[in-house]
Amino acid sequence: MNLNLFMQHFINALGLGSLYGLIAIGYTMVYGILRLINFAHGDIFMLGAYFVFFATIQYKLPWALGLAIAVVGATLCGLLVDRIAYRPLRDAPRISALISAIGVSFFIENISIVIFSGMPRPVVQPPSLMQAFSLGGVRLVPLALMVPAISFVLVAALLWMVYRTKPGLAMRSISYDIETTRLMGVSVDRIIALTFAIGSALAAVAGIMWALRYPRVEPLMGIMPGFKAFIAAVFGGIGSIPGAMLGGLSLGFVEIMSVAFFPNLSGFKDAFAFILLIAILLIKPTGLMGEKLEDKI
Amino acid sequence: MRKLSLAVLICLFVSGAAFAADDAIKIGFYNCLTGQNAFGGQLELEGVQLAMEEFPEALGKKIELVVVDNKSDKVEAANAVTRLIERDKVSAIIGTYASGLAIAGGEVAEVGRVPVVATSATNPLVTQGKKYTFRACFIDPLQGAGAAAYAYKELGFKKAATLVDVASDYGVGLANFFKQSFIALGGEIVSEVRYQSGDQDFTAQLTEIISKQPDIVLLPAYFAEGAIVLKQAKELGAAFRFMGGDAMDNPEMATLGGDAIEGFLFTGFAYAPDMPNMNAVAKKFTENWYKKYPGKDPNANAALGYDAYLLIINAIKRAGSAEPEKIRDALEQTKDLLTVTGTTTFDADHNPQKDLGILGIRNGKKEFIGTIVP
Repeated sequence: MNLNLFMQHFINALGLGSLYGLIAIGYTMVYGILRLINFAHGDIFMLGAYFVFFATIQYKLPWALGLAIAVVGATLCGLLVDRIAYRPLRDAPRISALISAIGVSFFIENISIVIFSGMPRPVVQPPSLMQAFSLGGVRLVPLALMVPAISFVLVAALLWMVYRTKPGLAMRSISYDIETTRLMGVSVDRIIALTFAIGSALAAVAGIMWALRYPRVEPLMGIMPGFKAFIAAVFGGIGSIPGAMLGGLSLGFVEIMSVAFFPNLSGFKDAFAFILLIAILLIKPTGLMGEKLEDKI
Repeated sequence: MRKLSLAVLICLFVSGAAFAADDAIKIGFYNCLTGQNAFGGQLELEGVQLAMEEFPEALGKKIELVVVDNKSDKVEAANAVTRLIERDKVSAIIGTYASGLAIAGGEVAEVGRVPVVATSATNPLVTQGKKYTFRACFIDPLQGAGAAAYAYKELGFKKAATLVDVASDYGVGLANFFKQSFIALGGEIVSEVRYQSGDQDFTAQLTEIISKQPDIVLLPAYFAEGAIVLKQAKELGAAFRFMGGDAMDNPEMATLGGDAIEGFLFTGFAYAPDMPNMNAVAKKFTENWYKKYPGKDPNANAALGYDAYLLIINAIKRAGSAEPEKIRDALEQTKDLLTVTGTTTFDADHNPQKDLGILGIRNGKKEFIGTIVP
């Protein structure tokens, strides 16, 4: 394999991995605070993609406005899910909340089939993002660079928020001890809602970029990416934000590189990816960056 | 109170079922109405509905169509057929798009002893050794050989690659038939890469294929997935041409694939709404289609849905009975029945012989290039 070919694979992997990472952050944040696996997260991702599809393609709004509508819309949906399906179960056994999460996920998927129809729909990519150019023998479209760039900026902003602001402090505090935090005068429900809002907004951004990169939307499009992102979050160390990003990137790289290096076995790329992940988890059960309790959220 | 309402409900159900049984002949329809293959399944349903308008009755009874979605999923396909046989007690079944689904559904029908006419399931295994499964379409060995012959002889391409979904019975089968024929003609397969149903990122596989510099790549995918592959290939600057099978024939191709589909070739049924020398049934089908669905083009799937309905109605009339067993026997005897996609006579494996068409995309439009005999 020559260098150009490798670089092409590298760029492909970076794009895919950073999308997984962006979705994984939503799982990891909610888990870090509530010890709840929010299975509806992949469906919020799907809704984000649909909102941008309707805004820009169906109603021909400008892209900037479409993006804003999609992010706000998905965030509201995320908040609604928390309010209706999770908050009433805050003090219930954890397994009840988990079942509720699975229920919400099925509900969103099926109601979407009813409302949006089961047909996949094409997304028209803005031509400016698709103007191919060559960079040292590697063929690129601006979108391929934009996706990882936006992902990294968002992660940096999120880290700043969690570690440098008051609400971030409250989030980290809740992840240690929800009762004590409440006694300290923190409005716990509001902070949890904020967590859902941020996670959903990031899922929406990922959904939009996914819809641009793999230009099609359908009601069940969130299942596989959601599933893989969840695995990426566990792999990176669930509860850790940089871990989620790292986990997502690792999964993207293993998937792409296994095809690159073993093209004859490309049908088994998921098997490869997961065998490697299982092996690493066996050696380090807390995931790449999951260290005891300190890094939760 | 609750018990009472339950009893009323049960009575309603029972009487409803009894009423329908006397009054109508029930034909089941299971297909991909949602999910990955919804584009194809929906068109087949519309084809069947069109045929039903033309032939709403048989043996003096109304035909009732029971439609079930198989969600483009093998397990759901088996469940759908079970439901049609056990709950709805249908006389015959039409369906489905996608060979893997038709194989799963066919197994159930075999046990339930109800005849099925598969619409566009082209893998040989769909009907092989089956007593109750028939199909309206040709089979993949013909398509594979035709694609190889056209690529090698007509276009002069010597190096081919394949990009195949490992979980698709249709894709794996068609790629193998293509490969055998292409090598037998003297061509070379330079790369064989695979993916898994549901994948949305094909950049790694495409980058690998590009590095092997084939002249042509066989993509035996379903169209919704195939369009995305073509888009990503264009993004990566692929210089080769792509060729697909009948599953890539869909009017939505251009909307989903944009300008990336230019130059794409595929084998398919010898039917296109603008083809010359149409047979009488095809002409009537096309005219009525545009009346019923103005502004929407029919394709081979719509035609095969229509054909499957014709086959069953024809069999019911000849059988003089709506009993599944008798319909099956009559279906087997089908001889020289003129349908949209050609004349249908079933061979020992319940496959009809139909012409193979070569189609392509030029200036963003589907073009019927001609028929080919491999």
